[in-house]
Amino acid sequence: MPVLESTIDARAKEFRQNTSDMLEMLGELQELNNQVARGGGEEALARLASRGKMPIRERIGYVLDRDSPFLEISPLAAWRSAYDVGSGFVVGIGVIEGVECVILGHDPSVRAGAFNPFNAKKLMRGLEIARENRLPYVQFVESAGGDLRGGGGGGDPEAAIRRELGHFAESGRLFYEITELSKMRIPTISVVFGTSTAGGAYQPGMSDYNIFIKNQSKVFLGGPPLVKMATGEDADEESLGGADMHTQISGLGDYLAQDEHDGIRMCREVVAHLNWRKLGPEPNTVFEEPTQNPEDLLGLVSKDLRTPFDMREVIMRIVDASYFEEFKPLYGPTLVCGWASVHGYPVGILGNNGTLFSESSEKAAQFIQLCNQIDVPLVFLHNITGYIVGTDFEQGGITKNGSKMINAVSNSTVPHISIITAASYGAGNYGMSGRAFGTRFTYIWPFAKIAVMGPKQMAGVMSIVGRKAAERRGIEFDEEADTTRAAQAEHWAEERSKGLFATSRVSDDGMIDPRDTRVVIAMSLSACFNNKVEGTKEFGTWRM
Amino acid sequence: MANVVTPISRLLVSNRGEIARRIFRTAHDMGISTVAIYADGDADAPFVKEADTAIALKGRTTAETYLNVDKVMDACRRSGADAVHPGYGFLSENSAFAQTVLDTGIKWIGPSPEVIGLMGDKLSAKRLMREAGVPTLPAIEIVDGINIRQAATDIGYPVLVKASAGGGGRGMRVVEDAAKLLDAVDSAKREAGSSFGDDTVFLEKWLDSSRHIEIQILGDNLGNLMHCFERECSIQRRHQKVIEEAPSPALGEDMRLSMGEAAITVARRLGYSSAGTVEFLLSGDEFWFLEVNARLQVEHPVTEEIIGKDLVREQIRVAEGEALSFCQDDIVINGHAIEARLYAEDPDKDFLPSPGPVLMWEPSVASAARFDSGVETGSTISVDFDPLIAKVIVHAPTRREAVSRLARVLETTCIHGLTTNRDFLVATLRTPEFLSGDITTDFIDRVNPPRTRLPQRSECIEAAIAAVIEGQALRRARAKVLSTLPSGWRNSTMPPERIDFKIGNEELHVEYRRQSDNKFRIFTDNDELFVSVHLCGYGRVDIDIDGRRMDFSVNQHGMIWLVHTNLGDMELVEQPRYPVWGLEALGGGLVAPMPGTVLATSVMPGDTVSKGELLLLLEAMKMEHRITALRDGEVSDVHVAVGDQVENGQLLVTMIEEKEEA
Repeated sequence: MPVLESTIDARAKEFRQNTSDMLEMLGELQELNNQVARGGGEEALARLASRGKMPIRERIGYVLDRDSPFLEISPLAAWRSAYDVGSGFVVGIGVIEGVECVILGHDPSVRAGAFNPFNAKKLMRGLEIARENRLPYVQFVESAGGDLRGGGGGGDPEAAIRRELGHFAESGRLFYEITELSKMRIPTISVVFGTSTAGGAYQPGMSDYNIFIKNQSKVFLGGPPLVKMATGEDADEESLGGADMHTQISGLGDYLAQDEHDGIRMCREVVAHLNWRKLGPEPNTVFEEPTQNPEDLLGLVSKDLRTPFDMREVIMRIVDASYFEEFKPLYGPTLVCGWASVHGYPVGILGNNGTLFSESSEKAAQFIQLCNQIDVPLVFLHNITGYIVGTDFEQGGITKNGSKMINAVSNSTVPHISIITAASYGAGNYGMSGRAFGTRFTYIWPFAKIAVMGPKQMAGVMSIVGRKAAERRGIEFDEEADTTRAAQAEHWAEERSKGLFATSRVSDDGMIDPRDTRVVIAMSLSACFNNKVEGTKEFGTWRM
Repeated sequence: MANVVTPISRLLVSNRGEIARRIFRTAHDMGISTVAIYADGDADAPFVKEADTAIALKGRTTAETYLNVDKVMDACRRSGADAVHPGYGFLSENSAFAQTVLDTGIKWIGPSPEVIGLMGDKLSAKRLMREAGVPTLPAIEIVDGINIRQAATDIGYPVLVKASAGGGGRGMRVVEDAAKLLDAVDSAKREAGSSFGDDTVFLEKWLDSSRHIEIQILGDNLGNLMHCFERECSIQRRHQKVIEEAPSPALGEDMRLSMGEAAITVARRLGYSSAGTVEFLLSGDEFWFLEVNARLQVEHPVTEEIIGKDLVREQIRVAEGEALSFCQDDIVINGHAIEARLYAEDPDKDFLPSPGPVLMWEPSVASAARFDSGVETGSTISVDFDPLIAKVIVHAPTRREAVSRLARVLETTCIHGLTTNRDFLVATLRTPEFLSGDITTDFIDRVNPPRTRLPQRSECIEAAIAAVIEGQALRRARAKVLSTLPSGWRNSTMPPERIDFKIGNEELHVEYRRQSDNKFRIFTDNDELFVSVHLCGYGRVDIDIDGRRMDFSVNQHGMIWLVHTNLGDMELVEQPRYPVWGLEALGGGLVAPMPGTVLATSVMPGDTVSKGELLLLLEAMKMEHRITALRDGEVSDVHVAVGDQVENGQLLVTMIEEKEEA
């Protein structure tokens, strides 16, 4: 059996340095996660508790099967933004009554659960995960609605308007998608924990099942202030949209819960009756853990991404029994391809061991086709600075061959999971099934960088381009200004390329502890297998 | 003298439980095949499985089964048994049964029917012994026309009312003064009549603080007769022995010799063969004959242990016509043996039987001990039979060692699902009085050892942790999806798992979280503990709690967690994860389920109603609808009258809101 053997030296100075750097970074991430979990802060949580209400994480904790895993998606969204880190919203994949569900909801302790661009993106991502992987959709509704203060509140309204990218006319897609799930026979369940006004009212409105909580759920198109403004009626909240009213009179509510715990219990009962059957084949539950210690993953990647490492060292720490059957090991060696399994799920793995060349690109295209032929999901392990550049390579057809790889990646229909272990630059990101390539799940390691190119290269490119433009126009090139500009550009690019920036912009599904990679892949695969896992027979035209 | 030996080839034991198993064991060792008979409730009992053949007696009660001579004889014929061992109790001292067995040409393992008959009547036995010069306590038979009060006065209070045909404490009453005498006699008669089919009772002098000493005797049909020293059985509750030992700490060599000789005198006079017991009361240096038990005793193992012989083997040999395999001079007392009877009974409720399912039974392996038990995990202690779970016997060089070891063995034995006298036994064995040998028949009243054990809070916490660790492993293993993933895996900061337990009246709240190093971080009672798991998920939990390695046996039965530690057993009741709201939660009012007409009202304000009671009758959609009380309570208002039209959701009756419990 081809079991991979490690060649790393855990006692080496660099390895120990990497480990301590990584642990330091993981400590920072832990602190950020703790900050997210504190929600709107002690005062807000105490206020919530005094009303018999739970913070969102408590609610989710209670709905999950005891001891089952919960994979939160983009927990650190909105880091370094005008909004609270975490975005006041939780979305994740969890198990309810033995059924994997997308579970999401606003944190009522953070700005009363108001929408913002970050949590809106997280919600849409939740819907996408439910749709692509065919997971029942459970939403815990309690939202003040859109943040009417604009731009995160306070400050100059003009500045806020200039900052604003979206427009109301584009909103509402979430309601479309909730009901679309229902059409696709993916159950949608709302537990309404609090106020759900205006557009928010359609969250339960579009759901298959609605659980309302006595004296707590308030659902109306217009709350008392709007009713007053619109018709002059003095309406009280309970008769306008209380749980009793909706479950006994309007029929918008299907179940009346006595309190939050009771509502959560009812939610579990609803999931229990869904008669849910996964469409993908069951995993093999008899497997061995990797023979190589996953702890070593801490020391593998250097903060300085130029330091190379053998992706096989990652593979042997995430696949069952460290068993890896390598495909074409002698051909195009800068891309490692082969078959393995993760927690009993078969996978084809593509991992970068250097720049992509024509050979490695063609090997990738062939490998992706083979996996599609046998309905095997693909795992992409990124550490890619891009496709090779240069005259010889262009003449050798690198763009053409790289396109073959990107064609295969784009048209492949087996689930793709991307793990960005270090660099993921330029078209390399595309070829390795980056976020935009229909990848089911994308996770990044703490030192990862994602950008069009390396910050230094980018600063250098800009400098060269500037110098050429000056030459063309015959003006003197300002070296000093160029140095400053290049440094600024590099800094800007550096900050934007950082993994934490990507994860905060919900450009991936979250930054993970490298040691958790195996679990994260397993959970993602298991989610994918709720849907059919079927390779494509069509790839369109290959550029030959 | 011609010694005719006819070997036994198939032995039927007309008994059940531990004694049937114990006899089978020796029979199998001797190459004899075995036959069990069983009542319906015993169909899956270990003794039935262990016999080579088992015959169903088809019936539930003892009268329908083990006491039914016709059925037992039928079983003998059907199984082709050539010998019957009656064990103890049931038909063991029924001379008519013994005679029937012999008349059918089947060997009877025990003394002759004549001896059984003679000794079964305790009054005539006493008379016989008095004639032989063996001291007896004054006794007067209650016959028609006798002045019972006068008889009791003549004997002197306290007196014991005793069934002549009795045994096992049934039909026995101690009477302190004249006031309760007649009632005691009546109830003893009733109990004797129903237990033994003979309601003859007699009065006997009762010695408050005496010792119960008995001598094991053995005889064969070749004229050999011997005693196997004494047993002391002074620890009794409800006139039944619970702890027995040999030798007695109260007997010197001289007294042992005199009592042994008295027993031999008794046996010789009876022409006794097989095994039997002569019971005496001892007070100071005086002893009195009580009765002869013409059978194998429950507590025979302690004698076997100190002399190193198998009494059942001797009984079988004697029945086969062989001589006893040893004689008086061959045996000496070797060390000390002590037996405790583990019962399914409630020491807090005057040791009343508390039958139930044996959810877990694991004899201790803490130290060498003999477990003569009739149960296994999954058995049931039935209301129909004696609630004995097991006899636990230890044999050690000295009494002190034997007593400590037995206490330890009992403590570390795992028994779940039943209320037992285990903790009481352990406590008794550890009293200074017991340890010093100060044991008398009134020991329990006099010394009053704790009836039950109250576990420490720390013990409860440890048990809860063990239950939590086992529970998570079971839930992971049973998970329909993602079962191979680490328990409670999280990639963000989420609340810990929480489980509430009740142990007796104590509440325990446990929060736990598996860490990435696979240790569990546990929060309980404002304490943080770190637990590493060596083994869990298989009913055994081997964990390290903050550096203390501990072993638990943990079993889940629905919401009940049975946890066994080396300090004993604990029962934890897991509380529901979600509050259980009954229909009561819908409020103090009852509303019409649909529009209709009130046909009848059955209650008025102020009425007390119980759950389910009819409140009023409604006609709607051509059907009658019964509006019933959702809970016990008081009606505060009836809002409608007969003939009223009511709307959907209209309030019909209100009940007074129950007061919140403090």
